[in-house]
Amino acid sequence: MMKKIICVLLCALVFCALALPAFAEVGVVDEAYYQRFQGEKITLNVYNWGEYISDGSDDSMNVIKEFEELTGISVHYTTFASNEEMYAKIKSGGGQYDVIIPSDYMIARMASEGMLEKLDFSNIPNYALIDDVYKGMEYDENEEYSVPYMWGIVGLIYNTTMIDDEIDSWNALWDERYMGNILMFSNSRDAFGISLARLGYSLNDTDPAHLEEAANELKNQKMLVQAYVMDEIFNKMEGGEAAIAPYYAGDAITMIDENPDLAFAIPKEGTNYFVDAMVIPTGCENKEAAEMFINFMCEPEVSAANAEYIGYSTPSSAAKELLDLDEETMAIAYPDASVLEKTEVFKALPEEANEAIDKYWTDILSYNENPNEWIGPVFLVVAFVASIVITIVRAYKKKHDIY
Amino acid sequence: MINKKARIAGVPYVIWMVVFIVAPLCMVAWYAFTDKSGQFTIDNISSIGQYAPVFARSIWLALIATVICLLLAFPLSYLISRMSGARQSLMIMLIMLPMWMNFLLRTYAWMTLLENNGLINRFLGLFGLGPFQMINTQGAVVLGMVYNYLPFMILPLYSIMTKIDDSIINAAKDLGANMWQVTWRVIIPLAMPGITTGITMVFVPSISTFIISRMLGGGGNILIGDLIEMQFLGNTYNPHLGSAMALVLMVIVLLCMSIANQFDDEEMEGMLL
Repeated sequence: MMKKIICVLLCALVFCALALPAFAEVGVVDEAYYQRFQGEKITLNVYNWGEYISDGSDDSMNVIKEFEELTGISVHYTTFASNEEMYAKIKSGGGQYDVIIPSDYMIARMASEGMLEKLDFSNIPNYALIDDVYKGMEYDENEEYSVPYMWGIVGLIYNTTMIDDEIDSWNALWDERYMGNILMFSNSRDAFGISLARLGYSLNDTDPAHLEEAANELKNQKMLVQAYVMDEIFNKMEGGEAAIAPYYAGDAITMIDENPDLAFAIPKEGTNYFVDAMVIPTGCENKEAAEMFINFMCEPEVSAANAEYIGYSTPSSAAKELLDLDEETMAIAYPDASVLEKTEVFKALPEEANEAIDKYWTDILSYNENPNEWIGPVFLVVAFVASIVITIVRAYKKKHDIY
Repeated sequence: MINKKARIAGVPYVIWMVVFIVAPLCMVAWYAFTDKSGQFTIDNISSIGQYAPVFARSIWLALIATVICLLLAFPLSYLISRMSGARQSLMIMLIMLPMWMNFLLRTYAWMTLLENNGLINRFLGLFGLGPFQMINTQGAVVLGMVYNYLPFMILPLYSIMTKIDDSIINAAKDLGANMWQVTWRVIIPLAMPGITTGITMVFVPSISTFIISRMLGGGGNILIGDLIEMQFLGNTYNPHLGSAMALVLMVIVLLCMSIANQFDDEEMEGMLL
């Protein structure tokens, strides 16, 4: 009997839980605003960097789930590994997305190619919560296409047990004492940015002579480099496999959490300062719902949860105040204005410069100290000759066997 | 009547082939011979000459990997094919077992094994040896290829060797052939179709791989696959050059296959006589 009652009670409880409108735990600025699409069964396709949202693991907030519960809109969330991968996919028409979160220079490029929808900021009231310094930056000067999501800088992460010196310059990546213990970006734009900054040029320099100089420096660096990597850096730096690597500040915080021997330095020559922002691609079917999602991501509590989880820096002071950070993390994630003065945002480069950079980069990666240029041609000749000889021999044999 | 039925049964496959094989091939060719504005050009193809070292390295590494696979797989397949039924299926299952795991995971595992602070070097360190530089070398790339593609060599060899009757080998021995002669004059010619299939199945994925060279080669020893990937997912996004590279790679592979097949035919004829 008791069992039955418990059973009924449990059923009732479950039913109630289902029937009650599920009010999310997250506090939002204007709850009524989010009810507009309740019950319309809208689906949003969100395309973001991998590991770039608070997903509910380790007691963090599950941002997507909170949004779904609050608005009744279901979210189909997918990720990409690089701006270029995302661009290729959108450009080739390989996907229908409603919200994308690319970086600054890619937003400029997509906007100039007419791939982005202009936002209706009256649907994004929380845009007012974003600090003014992050608005109207060069990639979106007229504040038309994007809403900043996170920002950060590129710096050097190094292992203090393997490096005794004070690191303060990109020159450390060219230091022969660390030969074989240096990791380098495997994407051309970041790698060239470092090389250009080290030579004292702008990160967006398109002067062919300067690009060539930067390329030659990267070529010289190759014999010192252990590997060209992106996300493998986590594994290799945390495991003490390499001594020094350039990477994003937010990820550096994650790595330092895992391995306290690691430290982060911001090079004095200046560095890349990046903003990843939310945009809506053309052809989006639920623009208002997409704007609602963008608005939700700007909620101070949500932005703070994301910043806390991924380690990157939030562009909203209201969110920053909610974060509980120690001084060391603070210095990495929110550096002084004096540091930021020397930083530079990537711009969309003209096509010729992009092509030149990619060509140099391929050269650098395929360059070998003792190249054997003869293998290719010799192989082809041998293959052709072998093919002909075999055919002749076969024909000869056949002839003699038949007759 | 049967012909007609057979033809109808083949229709889905033909549609499949046209949509997913022929059409993409045509698109690759189309991209390879056009520039960004859609005009005909051969610049893409002719500019591939500058990447000759990468092509050479890919061919070279893939050849080494194929030869090593063949040398490892041939005796192993022969031994397995001479075992009793139950043990045969056990051995084949053991060979297939690693393939149930994701390809990327397996390659990633080799990274942790080969690193300077990796398991192998730490083990050797117990005896005061090393550390040896193993990861980020061309050797590591070849190792990755051999490890990942060895089953593709073993399986065709094994399936053809199970068909070689013991009595043929015994007959050769009775007629005074020693072990080498049996291998060289009897087993190899009979196993030739399996050898060519195995070579194709190892050489083709090896020459076009990009993830193995990235993970185990350190990104500084790029192969054709990396090069093509860079054209599609790189900074410039140049599918035209990428397609041209893919086309050239395809020609190289076809050339290699035609050579292998000619060996096959020749030996088959010799066998029939």
